[in-house]
Amino acid sequence: MGKLEIDYCGVKFRNPIVTASGTFGFGYEYNDYVPLEEYGGFAAKGLTRKERAGNKPPRIAETPYGILNSVGLQNPGVETFAKYIMPELAKTFDTNVIANMSGNTIEEYAEMAEILSETDVALIEMNISCPNVKHGGLAFGTNAAVVEELTREVQKRCKKPLVVKLSPNVTDITEIAKAAEAGGADGVSLINTLLGMKIDINTRRPILANNMGGLSGPAVKPVAVRMVHQVYNAVKIPIIGMGGVASGADVIEFMIAGAKLVALGTAMFAKPDLILDVKREINEYMDRFNIDDINDIIGTVELN
Amino acid sequence: MKKVYKCELVSKTELCPGIFDFVVKAPEISETAEIGQFLHIDCGGKTLLRRPISICDFGEGYVRFAFQVKGEGTRELAKFEVGDMIDMMGPLGHGFKMTPGEKAVVIGGGIGVFPVLGLARETDSAVFLGFRNKDLVIMEDDFKAVNDNVTICTDDGSYGYDGFAIAAMGEYLLENKVDMIYCCGPTPMLKAVKQIAEYRNIPCQLSLEERMGCGIGACLTCVCKTTGKGMAEHKQVCTCGPVFDAKEVVF
Ligand SMILES: Cc1cc2nc3c(=O)[nH]c(=O)nc-3n(C[C@H](O)[C@H](O)[C@H](O)COP(=O)(O)OP(=O)(O)OC[C@H]3O[C@@H](n4cnc5c(N)ncnc54)[C@H](O)[C@@H]3O)c2cc1C
Ligand SMILES: Cc1cc2nc3c(=O)[nH]c(=O)nc-3n(C[C@H](O)[C@H](O)[C@H](O)COP(=O)(O)O)c2cc1C
Ligand code: FES
Repeated sequence: MGKLEIDYCGVKFRNPIVTASGTFGFGYEYNDYVPLEEYGGFAAKGLTRKERAGNKPPRIAETPYGILNSVGLQNPGVETFAKYIMPELAKTFDTNVIANMSGNTIEEYAEMAEILSETDVALIEMNISCPNVKHGGLAFGTNAAVVEELTREVQKRCKKPLVVKLSPNVTDITEIAKAAEAGGADGVSLINTLLGMKIDINTRRPILANNMGGLSGPAVKPVAVRMVHQVYNAVKIPIIGMGGVASGADVIEFMIAGAKLVALGTAMFAKPDLILDVKREINEYMDRFNIDDINDIIGTVELN
Repeated sequence: MKKVYKCELVSKTELCPGIFDFVVKAPEISETAEIGQFLHIDCGGKTLLRRPISICDFGEGYVRFAFQVKGEGTRELAKFEVGDMIDMMGPLGHGFKMTPGEKAVVIGGGIGVFPVLGLARETDSAVFLGFRNKDLVIMEDDFKAVNDNVTICTDDGSYGYDGFAIAAMGEYLLENKVDMIYCCGPTPMLKAVKQIAEYRNIPCQLSLEERMGCGIGACLTCVCKTTGKGMAEHKQVCTCGPVFDAKEVVF
């Protein structure tokens, strides 16, 4: 069996498999199916400065090989997380916790980074791309100059590795990735969901109460792989890849494209024990190709 | 540790066109199930998400559930044949909370009658089951075998009580004092039952439906609106429910 350990921004991950924020709660639910120690780490539910009730239901719709969601960042707020949830997670589980935060202003993001820096989280993932919050996410995530300034200001008050989570809803994702890097980001993660819509033709109404939502699941995977590949070639900071990962082969594909860590998300809704299959498949792959260290495959795509 | 189970289909019956009654061999699920909990079923085909289906009955290593073909998922589910293995998670969620010795009303509408069969058996209750018309009446024998106060109602009067189950229940409540109302059915029925229960000051439990992702509380897609404040304004139907105290639910 080859070596699976990964160093990401100076943090040790037992293996390259993590989870995508918002798909994994605060870890407890999935720990009932597979111990969290099986993962390299996990991303907790996206946090905001103050608690949020989120959007009206229905919040989910199935689409071909994907889902749309419009949860709208329902969460208990960063202070509750820092004070009550994170200490409990640190006591209970021996794994890396990635905190994920979304803000409305640069100041809000910076305050959250400061609060999270005082906790045991391993990384802080800054979501600049959530499409579900009015006035929020998208405006930040789609403008390179704003991303650079935001990252710089937040980094000043952030004592943990700062990972900027990129939106795929942009013309050129490498520009945004470069802006994050220029602003001092320690890493980038991608992709967040693609803005989508589903209409019930009988009622002529969208299924989601919010009308639009974020597309995730296997349907977005080729887009995500392409973007990881492009970003890998554009920046030096390490990448967390995600978007439709549903198997060990998918994890390998994202790593070959350039991801150092790879997150499972939507696919776990159907398979809460997916991590076990994924790890088995990765080990089989490494045996088959005589790979001693998983790090050796990162960014090794050979273009035609 | 909880698990995903592969359960053998041992009996398949079409109760009326498009409504199927399945029994699967599922010892682990059967052992811990409660009335009102649900299964999260991988229907196969091109579906990505599982489909939530209530447990109708359980015991001795078997679990029974019944469903109506609505779209892609339930259409695929209906294709399973006896001997096939069905992939499912469960039992999930919180079921009905019964109190020994209570006098109850059990009311179900349409496919909402399946999850309340156990209540009809386990409680001292009057049961009201509503259907659109005579051809859609299902589970009559099952309910009558376990409870001797069952009223079948049809909206068009083609069978049994002529009118909504809620009307029949309303008449019953004029004459009888009950400690609890249990309800599972379409949203208009749930709303009406909640109103009646509040008007008469009778505790009431409702089984809700919402579109789901994970089924285990992690994704926050399946929420319903409640009287809670802040984040608790929206609660997961999959883990806080599907059965809720009617007072807590906001329609
Ligand atoms: C807790 C719970 C218990 C249920 N118990 C039963 C039961 O015992 N018998 C039964 O026939 N039906 C039951 N339902 C409804 C059943 O889940 C839906 O009819 C089914 O998911 C429809 O799937 P589909 O692919 O056939 O339809 P589609 O419309 O093609 O489904 C598309 C998506 O919407 C979701 N969806 C559509 N309608 C509903 C609905 N009413 N509730 C939840 N999700 C929906 C599907 O799960 C799927 O993700 C229950 C629902 C819940 C939440
Ligand atoms: C229900 C749901 C909730 C999500 N919530 C968040 C969130 O709070 N913050 C965030 O950065 N991304 C969120 N995402 C995006 C995921 O983290 C991930 O980027 C995306 O779903 C693509 O991966 P997947 O296809 O494997 O799910 C959410 C996705 C889903 C499906
Ligand atoms: S379905 Fe995921 S929280 Fe209920």
